[in-house]
Amino acid sequence: MVNAKINGIPVHVAKGTTILEAARKVNVKIPKLCHNNDLEPWAACGICVVKNGKSPKMLRACCTPLEDGMDIITNDAELVATRRTVIELILSTHPDDCLQCPRNGDCELQTLAAEFGIREQSFPKRLRGLATDESTGTIILNPEKCIRCGRCVKVCQDMQGVWAIEFLGRGEKTRIAPAADVALAEGPCIKCGQCSAHCPVGAIYEMDQTKVVWDALMKEGPDAKTCVVQIAPAVRVALGEAFGLEPGTVITKKIYAALRRLGFDAIFDTSFSADLTIMEEGTEFVKRFTTDDGPLPLITSCCPAWVDYMEKYYPDMIPNFSTAKSPQQMMGAMIKTYWAEKASTDPSKIFSVSIMPCTAKKYENSRNDDMYSSGQKDVDVTLTTRELARMIKQAGIDILNLPDEEPDSPMGPYTGAGVVFGATGGVMEAALRSAYYLITDEDLKDVNFTGVRGISGVKEARVHIKGTDVRVAVAHQMGNIAMVLEEVRKAKAEGKEVPWHFIEVMACRGGCIGGGGQPYGCTDEVRQKRMAGIYADDEKSEYRCSHRNPYIGQVYKEFLEKPGSHKAHKLLHTHYTRKPVYK
Amino acid sequence: MAAVQTEFSADLVRFIEEWKRKPGSLIMMLHRIQEEFGYISRESAETLAKMIDMPMAKIYGVVTFYHFFKTTKPGKNRLAVCMGTACYLKGGQTLIEECESILNINAGEVTDDGQFSIDSVRCVGCCGLAPVLMVGNDVYGKLTKDQLPEIIAKYRN
Ligand code: SF4
Ligand code: SF4
Ligand code: SF4
Ligand code: FES
Ligand code: FES
Repeated sequence: MVNAKINGIPVHVAKGTTILEAARKVNVKIPKLCHNNDLEPWAACGICVVKNGKSPKMLRACCTPLEDGMDIITNDAELVATRRTVIELILSTHPDDCLQCPRNGDCELQTLAAEFGIREQSFPKRLRGLATDESTGTIILNPEKCIRCGRCVKVCQDMQGVWAIEFLGRGEKTRIAPAADVALAEGPCIKCGQCSAHCPVGAIYEMDQTKVVWDALMKEGPDAKTCVVQIAPAVRVALGEAFGLEPGTVITKKIYAALRRLGFDAIFDTSFSADLTIMEEGTEFVKRFTTDDGPLPLITSCCPAWVDYMEKYYPDMIPNFSTAKSPQQMMGAMIKTYWAEKASTDPSKIFSVSIMPCTAKKYENSRNDDMYSSGQKDVDVTLTTRELARMIKQAGIDILNLPDEEPDSPMGPYTGAGVVFGATGGVMEAALRSAYYLITDEDLKDVNFTGVRGISGVKEARVHIKGTDVRVAVAHQMGNIAMVLEEVRKAKAEGKEVPWHFIEVMACRGGCIGGGGQPYGCTDEVRQKRMAGIYADDEKSEYRCSHRNPYIGQVYKEFLEKPGSHKAHKLLHTHYTRKPVYK
Repeated sequence: MAAVQTEFSADLVRFIEEWKRKPGSLIMMLHRIQEEFGYISRESAETLAKMIDMPMAKIYGVVTFYHFFKTTKPGKNRLAVCMGTACYLKGGQTLIEECESILNINAGEVTDDGQFSIDSVRCVGCCGLAPVLMVGNDVYGKLTKDQLPEIIAKYRN
């Protein structure tokens, strides 16, 4: 333990605790900018300066461990002046168009400038005139707004292991860009959006498509379309944060109500199509596991950022990939076929929107021809949780005080297995619940597979199903997957039995609850709370296994015949292609 | 335009193979590539990335950090304007600007016909002649900007 003082307050913290963390424990706030709780500190900005006792030397609180006997001062005239200069210098290369900025009102730089009462330009403006990159149609990179804090670069390289962006140049000319200044879409970027969720300012953000959706909702006359929407599992435990609720508060039924007030004609739940995914993917797994039809391990494919990564870095694993589409795309296909038929609506007159925690889903909805399986684009537009929050605010909807409402039938009601898709380990858990039934024809006594839950980067478990062991692995946060796949590659090369039968991968830390399109400010604490919300929703579900969802039974009976049928293959499955890392 | 030469020579390959496992040797390898090709092309960077199993972004981070490395093929005639202290004080910047305006390119760029490129370089060791311009191996000292059109014209063929 370390004993020291911060602003005269005695503190006792574990050795290695930084001054920044220690201060937080005694409710002393030290401003920070480059530092982010997900990342190792690298002290780039200099705003967190503090002093120790009478020494005039300034220490950076985010990276300096508190030491025994220190007498830290976080606030004196000189420190405040230094911080102010740091902010003013940053502002001198930052455009002033806050009012048109996607981060207006939710920007860490703006907040600091406001807190420090910056009222004038102390240094001459030196804008750099860098161009915006919209090439991915998903993530927009505006280096002109970049304050060079380095978070995105760390996230993309260290957490995600993708290396799509780097600081190029030096000094004044330093900018974030892909290698060789290629367009983002022509390099390794997997569109996970983690950079956008970590950027403190409006330099990397999701492509905002709220206007397209508003236009569709408002349209009248012969061109008007029936607007249908689906919401993903992870949205329900995070949207509330944009309205001041604690992370993990489940507001599913208020979201349905808000979507109706926005003008959607039918509201479905992606947790339902997650149940459908389990039927298809579970059947695929059981087939591969019990007969020799298709290679093991089976690898999940519901995360489009992961799919993109695999197509670029592990194309040798294509045969191991589940051909099942993601829940978003299954729902899209079902809306414009099954539901269109039921509602006697021409599919070309349906405008299908999805609300996702995810930026990569914007890319997925036109990933290849299979995403047009209804003869139309199955999902017309994907909005992130952040964009939905914006629409609700624009419409003046007081979401927290709306009465609870139900989704539309039959693709609304979902099981606990469908909702756990939102968290790392969830797809695996849901699949196991149904695989057990498919193999044994019996239901599990205890459906909780706690071994695959939680925040640790790679999780392994063994499940006994009728005398055989199913070995599974779960990885999340892109940078963690390489070690799992390398082991598979190695076993294959040596002709050994593969270490796992089934592998789940999600590109974002914590799974989709920590997605790149979720409300800002995600930390492990927030992830844990969102996960708790997901599992609470699972616990209180009437049915907890996808194959028990009565409406799933209904859509197979009325339309899809049986899992893996010809029709199911046409609408609910896809294929993958090897892609170069750099075009 | 002639096809870009991208194939690494046997010597270069041997050098990279020898050094690739040793930490901190990236800069040295890049030096060797630039020695061979005069600059570091996108193709060279890709080849190196594959050989040493390093992300391209990391290589470009280093290449663009050091002014020494060029990412574009230098012009047939490389105008190197000295920006060492002595030359800087005696108006090196004016020389650069004049070269830029005559050739209509920025420092670090090459003219469309590939004839000229402009670079600012560190002290070239003839401070007594400041400000200094080098074209290839020819040194021009005590320059004023109105001498530049004539010098450049000499190299235009
Ligand atoms: S979207 Fe993901 S892969 Fe692309 S630059 Fe951002 S963090 Fe990197
Ligand atoms: S784009 Fe954002 S996160 Fe990346 S360095 Fe710039 S300000 Fe920081
Ligand atoms: S983990 Fe979920 S939120 Fe993240 S990229 Fe994959 S699908 Fe999107
Ligand atoms: S927050 Fe400590 S240096 Fe940026
Ligand atoms: S400074 Fe130019 S030659 Fe030395």
